[in-house]
Parts: sequence; structure tokens; C-alpha cells
Amino acid sequence: MRFSIYRYNPETDAKPTMQDYELDIEAEGKMLLDAILLLKEQDESLSVRRSCREGVCGSDGMNINGKNGLACVTPLKDLKQPIELRPLPGLPVIRDLIVDMSQFLKHYRSVKPYLINVDPEPEIERLQSPEDREQLDGLYECILCACCSTSCPSFWWNPDKFVGPAGLLQAYRFIADSRDQATNERLDDLEDPYRLFRCHSIMNCVEVCPKGLNPTRAIGKIKELLVKRTV
Amino acid sequence: MIAKRTFDAVIIGGGGAGLRAALQLAHADLKVAVVSKVFPTRSHTVSAQGGIAASLGNVSEDNWHWHMYDTVKGSDYLGDQDAIEFMCRGANEAVIELEHFGMPFDRLENGKIYQRPFGGMTQDYGGAPAVRTCAVADRTGHAMLHTLYQRNIAARTHFFEEYFALDLVMDEEGYSQGVVALGIESGEPIFIEARATILATGGAGRIFSATTNALINTGDGLGMALRAGIPLEDMEFWQFHPTGVHGAGVLITEGVRGEGGYLVNRNGERFMERYAPNAKDLASRDVVSRAMAVEIFEGRGCGKDSDHVLLKLDHLGPEVIQQRLPGIRELALKFAHVDPATDPIPVVPTVHYMMGGIPTNLHGQVVMPTATGPEEAVPGLYAIGECACVSVHGANRLGSNSLLDLIVFGRAAGNDVIEYCRENPFLRPVPVQALERIAARLARWDRTGEGITVPELREEMRKTMQLHCGVFRTEAVLQDGVKKMLEIAAKLPDVVLRDQSKIYNTGRIEALELENLMAVALATMHSAAARQESRGAHARDDYPARDDNAWLKHSLYFSDAHRLDYKPVRLKPLTVEAFQPKARVY
Ligand SMILES: Cc1cc2nc3c(=O)[nH]c(=O)nc-3n(C[C@H](O)[C@H](O)[C@H](O)COP(=O)(O)OP(=O)(O)OC[C@H]3O[C@@H](n4cnc5c(N)ncnc54)[C@H](O)[C@@H]3O)c2cc1C
Ligand code: SF4
Ligand code: SF4
Ligand code: FES
Repeated sequence: MRFSIYRYNPETDAKPTMQDYELDIEAEGKMLLDAILLLKEQDESLSVRRSCREGVCGSDGMNINGKNGLACVTPLKDLKQPIELRPLPGLPVIRDLIVDMSQFLKHYRSVKPYLINVDPEPEIERLQSPEDREQLDGLYECILCACCSTSCPSFWWNPDKFVGPAGLLQAYRFIADSRDQATNERLDDLEDPYRLFRCHSIMNCVEVCPKGLNPTRAIGKIKELLVKRTV
Repeated sequence: MIAKRTFDAVIIGGGGAGLRAALQLAHADLKVAVVSKVFPTRSHTVSAQGGIAASLGNVSEDNWHWHMYDTVKGSDYLGDQDAIEFMCRGANEAVIELEHFGMPFDRLENGKIYQRPFGGMTQDYGGAPAVRTCAVADRTGHAMLHTLYQRNIAARTHFFEEYFALDLVMDEEGYSQGVVALGIESGEPIFIEARATILATGGAGRIFSATTNALINTGDGLGMALRAGIPLEDMEFWQFHPTGVHGAGVLITEGVRGEGGYLVNRNGERFMERYAPNAKDLASRDVVSRAMAVEIFEGRGCGKDSDHVLLKLDHLGPEVIQQRLPGIRELALKFAHVDPATDPIPVVPTVHYMMGGIPTNLHGQVVMPTATGPEEAVPGLYAIGECACVSVHGANRLGSNSLLDLIVFGRAAGNDVIEYCRENPFLRPVPVQALERIAARLARWDRTGEGITVPELREEMRKTMQLHCGVFRTEAVLQDGVKKMLEIAAKLPDVVLRDQSKIYNTGRIEALELENLMAVALATMHSAAARQESRGAHARDDYPARDDNAWLKHSLYFSDAHRLDYKPVRLKPLTVEAFQPKARVY
């Protein structure tokens, strides 16, 4: 199989180049990550993050033939050759397919992604009905892979100010939690021309999320709540 | 001189255990740093599916005594009963705490935490199944790890993300003084100085070629401990899950066989009928795994390399598969590229969990034999989670007890560190020699020229471990394995890196991981070859019975001359009566 992979080593390269690779591999049943790891056995310098190799840790988000996804759950045989691999767009590249996630994670942390509840803690669990719990489905499963935010044009143009789909999805995860008591503060924080309102519902994020989550819908819900609050 | 940062305590590992300990310390206003070679939510805890055990009794009547009995029996009586009592007693509080932290547990109609039945968990000391395992769908580990990370954001814990811990810094008197870590992005080492150090580096399933473990599970903490002169306990005990997808290692749940699926060899024979005429494919995990290994070893495996067997479930019909096993169908399609509705899934016994590890007491303190006693604490050094051996799992872990182990002992170690830091308010002089030794070890990888590559040697090691220290163990197979592993380990100095760059050199990280893998593999091989009985996951064909007279004791492996020592099992619980060893029938 043929590959064309984005290469950049900051110690030696003035600018990135695309490098061609050939690999003798039976594509049937293999994932893209398997191929990348075999290429790395040939060329030790090829650099990529990976951990779980089953789509749950969020390490290996990359741009695969123009679309963001996780290499470890992308079947090799579905890909058109030469398979073009690039780092996630819009974030600074550290080396090869490895991007600097600090900006992305800063936005995540900025939404206070933790339960806020100031009541005294009961000695048993806080009760929550199955219906209330169901509100969190499609939100809590995020693996912070950044495939969504790095496919969002608004995030590319305002990387420092727009929270982006992943961060907003988590903001809504806590707003939607019946145990959380900080909804108003959370909404105040997002009522801002940049933090939330840069989203123009382009839906790129929904299309690429490897966990099938829907940040656009969550963002819509936050906007609804803001409107409701003013009337 | 190497750069230095100073904290009260440093935790190596940002999985469930490390993050739980970090919270305890941050809440006590200690300056705490967490070092992790991956961003914390990429740790292996994220992969745990089924759930976390606690006798909440939300569904069926339950109490911690029953949970304790099941855990002792599950451990094949090798578990330390004081630690097991401590864990089962503390389970409810620890899980409730996770709920208060915000963990999105599934709920029952009455609003309480949802629980499900799990293997080996019973009511009334071996009676009806207990519904004891608290779950967040089949993503319990993900929910737990993210919740703990989120609490640490709130607590403003200091993270060294993508720093690779190289070695413990110990002074001449044996005090732990912190760790030297390599900044993966910068390529520069840094000394993180701290009065207390907690190892929470997780498992090492990557010493085998078939494992459900993540690529990062390379036993780094165990390698560090061995290099610091600390022994490893009970390393012969590795849990094999019968049905991991061949090649990928991804887990296929026991529920498939519960629904009527069964295993066949290359002749299409349902071979479990020969090994377990009654329970057949639903015999216990160790029995099924061993039968599979025999079939493969004797040449009745499937595929061009005769290296797996097939899990057949097409006879169940597409409706049952779609209705009862939709997730499995998806996994099989993705990772085995077969549709189980028409074709069998290639499976192999797959290494799943390491029961052994760095010996500790129930406060998480690392303990080892010294001139003054058999279990003396190493001052300032702790170990928790899968890298530690408390030992609550003994010779065989029960499903959903591991996540519990992480949070109960993560918390306990945190509390003990708080105490330790109070009693030891001052830093000790920097042990310069120790730092120099670590620098030299790192510099070894700067060598260029001819040599073998990291993946070459790593794959040779993994294949050898799989063949000689798998579920099928006899004197000949094990002794042969010891010999081969010593030969393989002797090649380590011949490995060279072709890529000598500094910034984000993942090749160098893999080389450093290989050193640790090799140390863990040697420990496993030697410990297994010595134990002449069958107990829990350590099953020997030539010694098929458990031998409590000779072997009701923990192994301790030291890396110098591959020396083995033994220490008694702690049969006395904290407050209740001991459970005496009995024959184990389910
Ligand atoms: C597929 C699967 C499913 C499972 N399901 C369940 C279940 O349902 N219930 C259950 O109870 N158990 C389950 N287990 C077992 C359980 O998930 C693990 O035992 C547990 O998560 C280990 O947690 P830990 O905190 O000890 O380590 P990990 O989560 O593995 O974390 C280790 C940490 O150490 C860091 N680290 C390692 N080496 C270094 C180094 N050199 N330098 C810096 N940092 C380092 C890593 O970055 C990571 O942050 C399952 C296991 C598997 C494989
Ligand atoms: S819907 Fe909003 S967040 Fe998603 S890609 Fe479009 S602009 Fe970005
Ligand atoms: S929402 Fe989806 S794409 Fe975005 S970070 Fe989370 S898992 Fe990844
Ligand atoms: S390696 Fe974990 S998501 Fe791909």
C-alpha cells in the first residue's frame, strides 16, 4: 500500500514535507494504526501518539485523506491510496503527526469541567432518576481527541477565543447534569461573542466525531438556555 | 547539572490510582506533582468496561463480609486477608465518593447507583449471585478516569504531562527522594525532587504477544523498582482471558459463551467437551484458557500459523446476535473483520491483568525484607494500582475488583503520605551519585552504529513469553523459557537507536520501555519456573494441584542474580475471623 505522510522534525527541517512510503500489508482486518506502527518499524523517526489501540483513549487523532479521525479505528481497506496523513489541522505541529494540544486543553479546562454542588454531602449517593441520567448520554463519552475542534473553521480563525465544539460539549455535559448547581455561572461565562457565539452550526464537528457525539446539538441547547434566560 | 523542581510529593502515573491519590494530597494542601507519559485521560484505566465492585446492596442484599469471602476465595487463598478486609470494608465509601465527585453512574428507578452481576461475586458466602458491580454502561473506566481528572483540574494539581519517568532517586540510606523524568517533547531530563514518591504506573501486559492491554502498559514502575533493589511479588500470576481477538487482543466478553457460543479447533471439534464434560465452554477462565493453549501447542490450532482457535456463534442466528450481542458484533467486524452472524471469531487466551507487582502494605507503603524484618517499609516510597501487590487479588483477580483497588489504595496511600510528610518536614541532601547513574543509563541510548532494533528484540521477547509462560506451563516449557529469556535479555546491549533526535523521539521512549519490559518478563519467567503447584492463574500440567503446605506463600523476585525469596500470606484479617483455605469449587 502507498502512503504519503506529513513529516516535520523541528531540529532539522526548515519546513514540513510529504514523504512517500510503501508497505507490504494485507489490508483486510487491519486498522490504519497497524500500518503506521509497521512503517515506524522501518523508519524509527516517524512519530505518532498512540495508547489504547481501540478508540477509547483519544491519542491518535489525525487528518486521514482530508478528514479527521482516529487511526486505530479506521479500517485500512476503506482508504483510497496513496493514503495521505497529516496532523490535525489548526494546531501547532510538534513533530510529524504530533500536534500541540495545549490550546485545545486550555479551552476544555476553561469551562470548569467538573461537578459543582455546594450542598453538604449525603452519606449515600446523590439520587438521580434514570431520565435525568439519560440527559448525559452523548455528552460524557467524549475522549478529548480534538478531531471535532480541529475540523471547525471557527476554531481555526479564533483558536484563542472560541471554546470550540469539544469544550462546549463538556460545558453542556455539566449544565445538563441534574446534580450540578452552577448552571447560571456556566451560562454567564459562555454569554460572550467569542466563547460560544462563534459557532455557526457548520456541523463539521458532528461529521468527524469518532464517538458519534453531536457537539452542534449541545451548542444549540446552550444557546436555547441563554435565550430562555432572557425572557 | 540537571534541572530540578521540588514538590512535597510526586506521583508517577495518571491513571485511576495516581489521580485518586493526587486528589487526597491536593485536598490536604500539599504540593503535589503527577508525572505521566501520556495525557492522563489516555491512561489504560480508560479501557475498563464492566464496572467497579462495592456491596452497596442497591439491587440484592449485600454486605462487605460476603464481598471479602468472594475475594479471598477468588484469590485462591493467596490474597492477604488484612488488605482484602480493608478494601471490601472501604468499598462503599470509596464508590459513593466517586459519585459525589460527579461520576455519571447509571441509575436504578429509585435514583440509586445501578449494579450488575459479575463472575465470582456471591451472596451469603458462596450462595446465589450477588449484584455488586457498579457500572457506567460498558464505559466505567472512562467515566471514572475522566471524573478523577476533572476533580484534579478543580484541585489545581500540577501535571507533568508527557514526561517519561526514568528511575527512582534513592539515597544511600534507602530514602526515596523523587524521580528523574524525561520531558518527551523537550528530550531533556529533569529531577523532580519530593519527600514522598508514589508509583502508580499500571500494568505490563505488553510482555506477552497477545494482550488486552494498551500499548503503553510496559511495566515501567516495576523496572524502576527492580533497579532500585526492590523485589517484585507474585509475578507468576497473570490473568488470561480466554477470548481476546487474535492479533488485535481486543476483548470478547464471556457473555458470548453464556448465550451458547462455543470454541472449535482446526478439525472443527468442540474441544471443551473433552476438558470439561459438564461445564464445557463455560468452565472457569483458567480452565478454558489452558485447554485452548493445549490445543494450539499440540498443533490443532487454526489459521496458517495454527496459532488460535475459533469462537463459533453463527448457530445462534442473526436475531440473538443483534439483540443480545450487538457490541460484540461491532467489535468483531472492526477488529477481526468477520461477521459473527456467518463466520467464527478467531480468539486466543489473552493476557489481561497482572496480579503481582511491587510489594506494599495496606497503607500503600512499599515493603521489603531487610536485616530488621521481612516487611520493612522503604521510607518515602509508595505503590498503588495495578503496579502494586498489596495483595488483594492473590493468585486470581475477580472482575471489577481492580478499579476498586485503585481508589481504595489510592486514597489510603494519599493519607499515609500526608502523615509521612508531616513527620519528615525537611528534604534530605540530593544524592548526586544516584542522579549520575540515571544520566548514564539514559546516555547509553546515544550510542550509534550497527545493532538490532527495538521492535526486533521486543517481538522476540513477547513471542517467547507467550509460548513459554502462557497458560500452558510445565517444567520443560518453563526451564526452556528461562534459558531463552536470558539469551534474549543478553542482547539488550546490542540494541541501537537509528533516530538520535531529541524532540518527541518516540523511538527513544520505546527503547526505555523495552528495558522495563525485559525486567518484568525475566521476573515473571523466573517466578513461574519456581512455583511447583497450580494455584489460580498459575496452572501447571505437571503439578495440577494446589499445595498449601509447600506453597501458601508469596514469591519475591530480586533482579540481582534473579534471586527468589518467599514470605508468608497474611491470613489474619483486621477484625473478622480468617477464611481458611478450602478446595475451590464454583
Ligand atoms: C480491556 C480491559 C478491561 C478492564 N475492565 C475492568 C473492569 O471492568 N473492572 C475492573 O475493576 N478492572 C478492569 N480492568 C483492569 C483495570 O482497568 C486496570 O487494572 C486499572 O485500570 C489500572 O489502573 P492504574 O491506575 O493502576 O494504571 P493505568 O490506568 O494503567 O495508568 C498508568 C499510568 O502510569 C503512567 N506511566 C506508566 N509508566 C510511566 C513512566 N515511565 N513515566 C511516566 N508515567 C508513566 C501512564 O501514563 C498512566 O498515566 C480492565 C482491564 C482491561 C485491559
Ligand atoms: S457546528 Fe459550530 S462547533 Fe461545530 S464545526 Fe460548526 S462552527 Fe464549529
Ligand atoms: S466530541 Fe468527539 S471529536 Fe470532539 S473531542 Fe470529543 S470525542 Fe473527539
Ligand atoms: S490509540 Fe487510543 S484512541 Fe486510538
